[in-house]
Amino acid sequence: MGIDFIIAAIITVVGLTTPILLAGLGELVVEKSGVLNLGVEGMMLVGAISGFAVTVYTFNPWFGVLGAAAGGALASLLFAVLVLQLNSNQVATGLALTIFGTGISSLMGLSFTGRIVVPFLSVFPESLAKHEYLQLIFGYSPIVYFALIMVPLTTWFLKSTRAGLILRAVGENDLSAHSIGYSVIKVRYAAIAFGGAMAGIGGCYFSMVITPMWAEKMTAGRGWIALALVVFAGWRTGRLLAGAYFFGILMALELYAKASGFSFLPSQFWAAMPYAMTVVALSFISSRGTAGANAPACLGKPFLPST
Amino acid sequence: MRIKLEKRREPSLAMLVATPIASVILTMLIGIVVFDLLGIKGFKAVVDIFLSPLLASYKWQDVALKAAPLIIIALGLSMGNRAQVWNIGAEGQYVIGALCSAGMGIAFGQTGGFLVVLLMIAAGIVGGGLWAAVPAWLRTKYNVNEILSSLMLTYVSFQVLGYLVGGPWKDPNGRNFPATAPLADAQTLPVWPESTVHLGVLVALILPIVFWVIMARSEFGYQVRVVGSSATAARHGGFDSKRTIWATMIIGGAMAGLAGGLEFLGVLHKIDLGFASGYGFTAIIVAFLGRLNPFGCLIAGIVLAVTYVGGQMAQTSVHIPNSTAGIFQAMMLFFILASDILVRYRIRVIPSAKAAGV
Amino acid sequence: MTMISRRTLFKGAGAATLATLASPALADDKVKVGFIFLGPIGDYGWTWAHNKGREAIEAELGDKVETIYVENVAEDASAIPVLRDLAQQGCKLIFTTSYGYMDQTLQVAGEFPDVKFEHCTGFKRADNVSTYNSKFHEGRAVLGTIAGKMSTSGVLGYLGSYKVPEVVLGVNAFALAAQKQNPAAVVKLVLIDSWFDPPKEAAATETLINLGCDIVTTHTDSPGPLQILEQKGLHGFGQGADMSAFAPNAHLTAIEDIWGPYYVERTKALLDGSWASTDTWDGFKEGTVMIAPYSKDVPADVVALADGVQAGYKDGSYDIFTGPIYDQDGTLKVKEGEVMALGDLAVIDWFVKGVESAS
Repeated sequence: MGIDFIIAAIITVVGLTTPILLAGLGELVVEKSGVLNLGVEGMMLVGAISGFAVTVYTFNPWFGVLGAAAGGALASLLFAVLVLQLNSNQVATGLALTIFGTGISSLMGLSFTGRIVVPFLSVFPESLAKHEYLQLIFGYSPIVYFALIMVPLTTWFLKSTRAGLILRAVGENDLSAHSIGYSVIKVRYAAIAFGGAMAGIGGCYFSMVITPMWAEKMTAGRGWIALALVVFAGWRTGRLLAGAYFFGILMALELYAKASGFSFLPSQFWAAMPYAMTVVALSFISSRGTAGANAPACLGKPFLPST
Repeated sequence: MRIKLEKRREPSLAMLVATPIASVILTMLIGIVVFDLLGIKGFKAVVDIFLSPLLASYKWQDVALKAAPLIIIALGLSMGNRAQVWNIGAEGQYVIGALCSAGMGIAFGQTGGFLVVLLMIAAGIVGGGLWAAVPAWLRTKYNVNEILSSLMLTYVSFQVLGYLVGGPWKDPNGRNFPATAPLADAQTLPVWPESTVHLGVLVALILPIVFWVIMARSEFGYQVRVVGSSATAARHGGFDSKRTIWATMIIGGAMAGLAGGLEFLGVLHKIDLGFASGYGFTAIIVAFLGRLNPFGCLIAGIVLAVTYVGGQMAQTSVHIPNSTAGIFQAMMLFFILASDILVRYRIRVIPSAKAAGV
Repeated sequence: MTMISRRTLFKGAGAATLATLASPALADDKVKVGFIFLGPIGDYGWTWAHNKGREAIEAELGDKVETIYVENVAEDASAIPVLRDLAQQGCKLIFTTSYGYMDQTLQVAGEFPDVKFEHCTGFKRADNVSTYNSKFHEGRAVLGTIAGKMSTSGVLGYLGSYKVPEVVLGVNAFALAAQKQNPAAVVKLVLIDSWFDPPKEAAATETLINLGCDIVTTHTDSPGPLQILEQKGLHGFGQGADMSAFAPNAHLTAIEDIWGPYYVERTKALLDGSWASTDTWDGFKEGTVMIAPYSKDVPADVVALADGVQAGYKDGSYDIFTGPIYDQDGTLKVKEGEVMALGDLAVIDWFVKGVESAS
C-alpha cells in the first residue's frame, strides 16, 4: 500500500462525503432554529436537476451551483410556508417534500436525460490539480472547498454572531425569543431556506461533479444519511464534519472490501455496514446524553404564540 | 386588517371530514391546469389517474390488492404517530416480516394447510415487530432518534433479504437467480373466486375496526393519546411514556410485518430482490392523509391505491411519466397538512384599528 | 417449472370475462403490441435499447401495427395489473422486458390465452409465452479480448450489479477472453447490489482504478463509471448502448443490445399466424449482440483480434467457454476441448480462475 494508493482512496472518500456534509450542515442550521425538515433527499434531487439544467443552458458551472442553491431553497420554502405559516406537522411535511422533490425532479429532468455537461472539477492549474501528491490538496471541485469552508463559517456564525445567537435562541425557546421582540417566523424562514440551498448544492455535486449527467433518483438515499449525520453529530459542526467522513470511509470500505476479494463474509455484510454502523454510533453518542443536551429544545414543535 | 387564529376547543368534525375531500379535489384541479401547461391532455390524465380505476369494475381488484398493504401498515404507523413515535422504517419491517413468513414456510417444506398458513402469517407479524423493537429499544434505552434508526435498519433489511434469497434460501430450481422457491399452493392464501383478491384484503377491511376500538375505547388507546399530546400530562396521569414507545413501535412493526407476509402469501408467492416496493414509505402518507384515524386510513389507502393504478393506466393512455403519480400524492399530502389548521383553529379576520374607525 | 394451478386458470377465465365486458371491442384495425419497461426509456441503457426495438416495429410495420409501452414498471406484483391493462386495451403481443416480470407474465398469460407474451431473459414458458434472451457474454468476450490486449497493468475491473447468471457469465467471458491475450490477467469484481446508483457506481470505479485496474467494464446501467474513467484518462466500455457521447475518450466500444430484428420477426409471426412458443437465445450470429464502432484509441491489431472473435461467433468457430476452464479455487470445471452447454451457461454460479471477488 503506497502513498498513491492512500491518496486515491482519500479522494474517493472526499467525493462520497462532500454531498452529505453540505446537506448535513444546512440541516444542522435548520434544526438549530427549532425546525426538523425531513425533506433533505427531495431538496437534493431538486438541486441536482436545477444545477444541471442551469449548467446546460449557461455553460457555466458557477451559475449551475447558484441554480442548484436556488432550486433547493425554493423547494424548502414550500415546506417553510406549510410548517411556519400553517403550523403543519413537520415530520409529515418533510416526508411530503421528499416525495414531491423526487417526482418534480424526474419531471423536470425528462428533457435532460442523456445529456452531459463538463464536470465541475478543480480550477487550479493542472500542475497542481493533477500532481501526484499535491492533488490531495488542489485536486477537488470548488464545491469541496466550499463545503469545507462552510464548516468553520457555520460554527462561527452560530457561536459568535448576533444573528447566530438569535437563531439558537429561537430554537431553544421560541416563546421567549418572541417576547423579547425577535421574529421567530422570519428567523426560521431564513434557516430553512439556507438548509434548502445547502441541500441543493449537495445535490448538484452528484449531477455536476461525480457523474456529470442527470438520472432519476440519482442521489440514491444520501439525503437520509445527511439527516442521520446531524443527530450523530449532536448538533455540533465539528462533529458533523467528523461524522460525514466516518460515513464516507465506511462507504468506501464496502467497495474496497468487495474489490479486494474479502470473501470471508457475505458481500451484503459490507453493504449493510455503513447503515448498521450509523445506528451503533448513534447509540453510543446518544447514550452519553450529550446529544440530548445539545438538541434544540423546540425541535419539531410548532411555534404557537398567544395560545 | 389581519388574520387571527383562534384555537377551537374541540377539533372541528366538519373540517376533519371536509378537508381531505377538498385536498383531493384541489389536487385534481391543479393537476388539470399543470398538465395542460406541460402540453399533456390534463383533463384526460386526471380522469385516468383519479377516476378510471373506480369506474372500471375490472380495476377494482387491482385497487384492492394495492390498498390492502397500505391500509394495514398505515394503521400501525398512525397509532405510533398519535403517540409522537415516528417509525419511518416500516419498509424494512415489511421486508423482514415477509422473510420470516418465508422462513416459516420453508421450515414446513411442502406441507401446507390452515395451520401452516396461520403460523407463516404469525411469523411475519413477530418478525416485523421484532425488527421495530430494535429502534424502540434504542430510543428508550439510549435515547436514539427512532426516525433515523428505523430508516437505517430498513437499508440493513434489504441486505438481509439479498443475503437470504441469494444464499441459503435460493431456489434450487431457480437457475441461480436470487429468489426463493415459489410457494406450494397449500401455503398460499385463499383467493376470492374468479379474482385475485386474497384473504389479506379482508384483513385490511377488518383491522380498521379493531384499531378504532383500541384507540377510542381502550385504556391503552387513551394512554397513547395522552402521551402523544404531552409528555408532562402523561407523567401526571401516571403513564409510562417508554412503555407507549415500546408498544406503538412494535405494533407498527407487527402490522408492517403482517402486510409483508400477506403480500408474500397472497400475491407474490416468492421473494426476490424486487420484493420491497415502497409500501412502507407510502403508508406514511396514507396515515396522514387519513388523519391518523383508522377509518381515515382505510379511505386514504384506497385513494392512494387508485392514484397508483390510475397512474399506470395514464401512462398508456396519455403517456405521462411515472413520476407524476408521486407529485400528485405529495400534493394531496401538502394540501391536507396545510388544511390541518382549519380543523384545530377558527380563522377570524380582524379589521385593523384604522378601518374599524377607532 | 411451469405451473399453472387449476385455481389460476379458473380466476383467469373470470378476469378475461370481466375484461370483455368492461372494454368494448376496439374499432381500430391496427394490431396492438405492448411493452413493459423496467426503467425510463431515457436511461441510455437497458430500457433505451428495448425501446429502440419497439421503434423498429413501428418503422417496419407501422401501417399494420401500433405499439404501446409502460415505463418504470417495478418487478413486483404491480406489474400484474399493468400487463392485464395492456391485454385489456387489445394488445395481441406483449413483450415483458425484464427478468423480474417472469411469474407475473405467466400469471397474466394464463388469464388471457389469446394474447401472446414474450418474456425477456426468463426461463418459464407456456403455450402463449415465449422467452428470449441475448448472448451478452459473446459481447463480453470481445470486450475481454480488447481489455486483455490493451491493459498495461494486467488488472481489469468489472463493475456488476448482482450475482445473477447473466452477470456471472459476463464476468467469466470477459476474464477468459482477457486471459487469452494475457494469461496473467486478473479481473477484480465489485457487485454494488443495484442496477442503478450513479454515485456508488462512480465510487466503485474509482476504487477499482485505485486497486490497479486500468480498464473497467460495467455491468450496471448508468454511464457514470465511464465518466469517471474519462476524468482519469483511462478506458472502459459502454453497456447496452453506445455511450460514447458520455465519455468520448474513455469509451473504447460498447455492447449494443439490438432487439429490433427479433421484435419485428415475432410481430410478423403474430400477423401471419405462425407465432408459436419458443425459447430464443441469440447472439452475434443473429445480430442481437453487436459491437459499437471502435474508438480511435483501439490499435489496428486489437481491432483485428476483436473482429476475429465476432467473426468466430458468427461462423461458429469460436466459443469462449471452451475448456480447460478452472474455477476460482483452481478446480477444473470444463475439460480440455469440451464446450459448456447452453443449459449450463444459463445457470452458472461460479467464477473462473483469475476473478477476484467478495462472493
